[in-house]
Amino acid sequence: MSNSPTTPGIVANRLRAEDYARHFDDLYPDYDPHEAMVAADRCYFCHDAPCITSCPTEIDIPLFIRQIQAGQPEAAGKTIFNQNILGGMCARVCPTETLCEGACVREAAEGKPVEIGRLQRYATDRLMARNAHPFTRAAPTGKHVAVVGAGPAGLACAHRLALHGHDVTIYEAREKPGGLNEYGIAAYKTAHDFARAEVDWLMQIGGITLQLGWKLGVDGTLADLRAGHDAVFLGIGLAAVNALGVAGEALQGTRDAVDFIAELRQTGDLSTLPVGRHVVVIGGGMTAVDASVQSRLLGAEHVTMVYRRGREHMAASDHELGHAANAGVKIITNAMPVAIHANGALREVEFAYTHQGPTGLEPTGETFRLRADQLFKAIGQKLEGVPEGVTLDGRKLAAGADGRTALAGVWAGGDCTGGGEDLTVTAVAQGRDAAENIHASLTGAGA
Amino acid sequence: MANLTTNFIGIKSPNPYWLASAPPTDKEYNVVRAFKAGWGGVVWKTLGAEGPPVVNVNGPRYGAIWGADRRLLGLNNIELITDRPLEVNLREIKQVKRDWPDRALVVSLMVPCDEESWKAILRHVEDTEADGVELNFGCPHGMSERGMGSAVGQVPEYIEMVTRWVKQHSRMPCIVKLTPNIADIRKPAEAAKRGGADAVSLINTINSITSVNLDTFSPEPMIDGKGAHGGYCGPAVKPIALNMVSEIARSPDTQGLPISGIGGVTTWRDAAEFLTLGAGNVQVCTAAMTYGFGIIKELTAGLSQYMDEKGFASVDQLVGRAVPNVTDWQYLNLNYVAKAKINQDLCISCGRCYAACEDTSHQAISMSADRKFEVIDEECVACNLCVNVCPVQDCITMEPMAKGTVDPRTGETVGDYANWTTHPNNPMAKAAE
Repeated sequence: MSNSPTTPGIVANRLRAEDYARHFDDLYPDYDPHEAMVAADRCYFCHDAPCITSCPTEIDIPLFIRQIQAGQPEAAGKTIFNQNILGGMCARVCPTETLCEGACVREAAEGKPVEIGRLQRYATDRLMARNAHPFTRAAPTGKHVAVVGAGPAGLACAHRLALHGHDVTIYEAREKPGGLNEYGIAAYKTAHDFARAEVDWLMQIGGITLQLGWKLGVDGTLADLRAGHDAVFLGIGLAAVNALGVAGEALQGTRDAVDFIAELRQTGDLSTLPVGRHVVVIGGGMTAVDASVQSRLLGAEHVTMVYRRGREHMAASDHELGHAANAGVKIITNAMPVAIHANGALREVEFAYTHQGPTGLEPTGETFRLRADQLFKAIGQKLEGVPEGVTLDGRKLAAGADGRTALAGVWAGGDCTGGGEDLTVTAVAQGRDAAENIHASLTGAGA
Repeated sequence: MANLTTNFIGIKSPNPYWLASAPPTDKEYNVVRAFKAGWGGVVWKTLGAEGPPVVNVNGPRYGAIWGADRRLLGLNNIELITDRPLEVNLREIKQVKRDWPDRALVVSLMVPCDEESWKAILRHVEDTEADGVELNFGCPHGMSERGMGSAVGQVPEYIEMVTRWVKQHSRMPCIVKLTPNIADIRKPAEAAKRGGADAVSLINTINSITSVNLDTFSPEPMIDGKGAHGGYCGPAVKPIALNMVSEIARSPDTQGLPISGIGGVTTWRDAAEFLTLGAGNVQVCTAAMTYGFGIIKELTAGLSQYMDEKGFASVDQLVGRAVPNVTDWQYLNLNYVAKAKINQDLCISCGRCYAACEDTSHQAISMSADRKFEVIDEECVACNLCVNVCPVQDCITMEPMAKGTVDPRTGETVGDYANWTTHPNNPMAKAAE
């Protein structure tokens, strides 16, 4: 700890070694067996349970909780993985308060839902700890499918295809598989390298080849993939980021939040990762929250998250915003950046308060400045190029509920497509469902 | 402030809570701790005949079942009567009674089924100046194989015979403790009464295996891979005990025979229920073994508050209050018609009532697409299952229909009291004249 939270500028090593370890450990530790039994006992086993319908992957939640009650968390894990092969990660990152737990009748009754997310983690962790993959591949079909992108959608698609006996090659541009699970989610939600362990466990199904460092449009085209495979699934995510459109955003100290989070996730010794004393994060979604909270956890003295509209429009959930506030992040709403002031290095960001005018968001005329050694932009991601021949629906790839694109033999899912809320769990559902449709199409079953 | 003192067959105690004959009352040390905590009395753990004491197993004596948070719901034991020398127990009993004259001290006894054995033990107990004796005709394991305990309690003639010996050879009040491991609890109670018993106490423990170890395929509790049935007690047995107490309280042959109620008393409410069904006091064991003697403060304060709220000045006024309302099925009013009613403000839409009714009952609850659950009066037989499975207290209630209204299920008008004995479908019905 050569520096402290008050050391000026962007510097590393602001905390003691044990603080880094504590700050980036599991946010919600695993239940012990007794805690799990007590938590599971709260489930009412609702008829046609609302939690199931509010889960994008439609996990049979009352069933898996009953299996925990009955002393078989591994069986519970299999119930989860039947619907969601990334159930372990979803248990950690799902905004459960807006999904299953938000729909739990105990939330309605007493404002305290069954802790479905933590129970799901308990079950999936125990099954994964056995390190024996719970599914067996069907006999090989001789079909070969290309999956582009090893994120949640691609992995879910690949696993389901492999399960049905197809051979799959996943083409991934980065050096590691996992997509946002590996590069884009706060470290304390997926501690102990869980994202990588989950991919390794998933690959045990067999029949999946991982081609890393292969970028669509650089190392090959969609046409190449179509020519060489029986089907193609695009799970390419949103690889580009939106710009602020304010002069100075290329200055030293100004950075895309997704890059900062990716670097943090790939840094072994977090005491080597520099962070500003005064950090400003612009945006109102999960990426903004993750960048803000982790800046604080790295030892930034002041972190302010600024969003141009009101709190009710923020994509981050109340739960996440509460977490940010607890971590000491100051949240300012209804303010948009208008200027970046530098003095060689970044020094201040100037904001104008906003209100909703007749033609949209307008500045009120009142401005303020925030000290900033470091500025993170988290105002959304977008497609990085459109594969030739695939049509768009707004700013995303057009795909039906079954994942089919306008191009024959090409399916798509995950954040690169519309529909859903760009959640891991939504991507898993779309990848899985596309795989079922590809399978039906390749085998002539029901297609 | 209600008066909790009781006089049970001439034995006075400051409150109606006695510790049952069991491990908590095996020696002076425990009993003194209980009296210091405030217990009204004890039944000293069962003494056997002179000679070498019995031996217990040296592995687990207890098995249990639990709720999810390890709340103990039922306990089973394979412990025998006291395994301490008779003279030690007698010396301690005498000392405790001398030190705690205001508390009830009854001595439980179990000796071989011959008159001399009983005569001998009674002489010893009288010397201690204990308040009375309780005859252990209930213990279901270990001693029963030797012709004692429930082996006696299951044969009314033996009960009568031994009780008669006890009354003949002792001036002490005599309580006969009954085993529930029989078909009709009234028979042993009648036998005890014929033999001259001053009271009966019930229930003793129920034959049970709490669980099976699925790795070793052994019943629990397991001793070196084997298990034997034990005696079941605790909250789980209370409904069985309440019924048996009420059977004796309302039977014309045993009516008025004092009863000491035993079986799963855990809170003041349990005790109050036993009292209303005819018990003159209660005996407690499992709750004390689970939580320690400190529970007596809740037991006494709770009963006292309830009695004050209801205007009962003394325990006597509560005893037997519910007995007149215990009847046989054939006398229940078949013209009492109720319908389930779901309070939509309290409903949390879990759908358990729907699943229960639709799958296992009368298809009398409807479910809408937006998860609103409503009772279909045309189908509802008022079975109460929905009430029992609903996780929200008082969300579903049973609403009686007023006399003169028409039951939409049957199309019949709700009429005056009428029961099965005069029902036209009853082949044995006596025509109402």
